[in-house]
Amino acid sequence: MALPLALDIALRHLLHRRRQTLVSLLGVTLGVAFFIAISAMLQGFQRDFISRIIDIQPHIIVMDEVREPPRQPVERAFPDAAILLHGLKPREETRGLRGARNMLATLEEASGLHVAPALSGNVLIHFGGKDISVNITGITPDQERKVTHIEKDLLSGTLDALYTTSNAIILGEGVAKKAGIRKDDLITVVSPAGVMMKMKVVALFSSGITVLDNFDTYVLLKKAQVLQNRPNVINRLKIRLDDVEQAAPLAARIERQFGYRAEPWQEQSRNVLGIYVIQNAIMYPTVSAILIVACFGIFNVISTVVFEKTRDIGIMKSMGFRDSDVRLVFVMEGLIVGIVGTLIGWLIGWLLIEFMASLKFEMEGFVKAQGFVLYRTPRHYLISGGMAVLSATLAAWLPARRASRLNPVDIVRGAG
Amino acid sequence: MSEASPPALEARALTRELPGPVPVTLVRGIDLTIAPGEFVAITGPSGSGKSSLLYLLGLLDRPTAGTVLLSGEDTIGSSPDRLADLRLARIGFVFQFHFLLPEFSCLANVEIPIRKLGRLGGTAARRRASDLLEQLELGEHRQKLPEQLSGGQRQRVAIARALANDPPLILADEPTGNLDSRTAALVFDIFRDLAHTQGRSVVVVTHDAALARTADRRIHLVDGRIEG
Ligand SMILES: Nc1ncnc2c1ncn2[C@@H]1O[C@H](COP(=O)(O)OP(=O)(O)OP(=O)(O)O)[C@@H](O)[C@H]1O
Ligand SMILES: [Mg+2]
Repeated sequence: MALPLALDIALRHLLHRRRQTLVSLLGVTLGVAFFIAISAMLQGFQRDFISRIIDIQPHIIVMDEVREPPRQPVERAFPDAAILLHGLKPREETRGLRGARNMLATLEEASGLHVAPALSGNVLIHFGGKDISVNITGITPDQERKVTHIEKDLLSGTLDALYTTSNAIILGEGVAKKAGIRKDDLITVVSPAGVMMKMKVVALFSSGITVLDNFDTYVLLKKAQVLQNRPNVINRLKIRLDDVEQAAPLAARIERQFGYRAEPWQEQSRNVLGIYVIQNAIMYPTVSAILIVACFGIFNVISTVVFEKTRDIGIMKSMGFRDSDVRLVFVMEGLIVGIVGTLIGWLIGWLLIEFMASLKFEMEGFVKAQGFVLYRTPRHYLISGGMAVLSATLAAWLPARRASRLNPVDIVRGAG
Repeated sequence: MSEASPPALEARALTRELPGPVPVTLVRGIDLTIAPGEFVAITGPSGSGKSSLLYLLGLLDRPTAGTVLLSGEDTIGSSPDRLADLRLARIGFVFQFHFLLPEFSCLANVEIPIRKLGRLGGTAARRRASDLLEQLELGEHRQKLPEQLSGGQRQRVAIARALANDPPLILADEPTGNLDSRTAALVFDIFRDLAHTQGRSVVVVTHDAALARTADRRIHLVDGRIEG
């Protein structure tokens, strides 16, 4: 079975300069392999983080804040006027969601979601001569368990212990570790309002999300209201949806209806998600740079081949090869390097992923993990292969076009 | 010459000028007719335009005035692709330098024009190439690379390749320039045979007056014109 003529010639050209061909092949291979491995790693972490966030955190948090300051009476009276106001004083508000009970009732009627009220604030925990500042959240366990992951994240103890033990508190694992606290220890909690309370640690939790584990604590809603000296106040409504995709639109609707700021999960995690955007913005150019270098390699080889093969091009044309036939030979050379490089790159990329998957180590970044979280998808193979083959073909195109335009008379005359 | 069979090759008022600040005229006003089975030698001093004329006759170069007719087909308005196709199917070129593709064996080199034309299948192409090498007494060298052959052998492989698609017209530019006189005479015998027993038109450019005398007809170029 004979190869098509153009392919045959292209292959022989490449095989006759093995070292150069290998170098440009290596470029493509590395570009493709790194793209696959790095994409699997980055997207693995990102998707893992997002799925954990969606699993653990409420999908929407309604807060006792408004997005824009309330409009002044004069602004409301003249909506189109340019108004400059001096000497505005903010009102000292007793913070909290006003009409929270109503909102709760309204939201509870809606289907496809669960709501839980909370009062969060800061307190100092005092234990064994150490003071640490933590977030404290007053919750109602019966509602909370339907909205967040807290119950499943408990390492010891139960969520209901908040009901059955008086002055009970649940600590994040990181909080406990920092102060050397263990379950059943008695700790002192002091609030900014000046209330001090002895509380018993009834449970520890570990969510895997580092910031939560290091700073969050939970008590009964009533206890939190007493601690913060804000009886009956609720400053958070946490919502969990059956369909996460509805988080952003529903949050917007809640804001419009009640006037309070409602953050969907994407907004709550915007810092981390923003870092991922930066990660991607760094990774894709880096991998592309490898491919670009590979392209220079291909461009270089094929330019050299065209230069060295000038005489052969002349004879091919005098034999009756059309310009397009000559071009095809050299474009084919780029294509071969691109395709073979891609295939080897796929294999090496796959091996790299399996190697990374076999590594086990403890790490703590935004989330806790044992080893790399890898995301495997045929998409990464298709994207890297597509980019490699396309850029290899483009890199070959210029020298190929030059070859096809060579005038056979000049060549034959020069060599004769 | 009967009207039914047009000449294998005809040049009418063929002129080729190179443009430029000082235009160079390579050939001017060449009229020429070559019949099937005719063996013609082109002679002339160095720089007289022999190669230039051959490139025009072989449709490798285009005239600035006049035209070339191949078996009666006027090529004046033909596209570059059409000219390439004509070269492939109807013309065999042999140059002073052998111009074999170095990565291909002798057999594979001879096969290239056959594969390009695509009229014969893989096995038939191989058999034809093999037969041609056999006829030129190169049968035992078919699997060798060009660099493993002597100059005369290479030139014969190049002739086999020029014959690959059974072209009615063979054009050779100093095919014996690099060969010793005995080998050169052998190569000339081959060309004469191609014309006289195979009925092809053969045009050979040569410096060698003795060899030129063995041709049916001599065309002497001086300064881009036919003399005498
Ligand atoms: N690209 C060019 N630019 C300028 N002059 C050229 C060019 N090509 C050829 N010539 C000139 O055209 C003339 C004819 O050249 P050609 O190669 O046809 O001669 P020739 O008869 O084949 O000579 P030789 O016997 O040395 O091969 C020569 O004087 C040559 O110098
Ligand atoms: Mg010449």
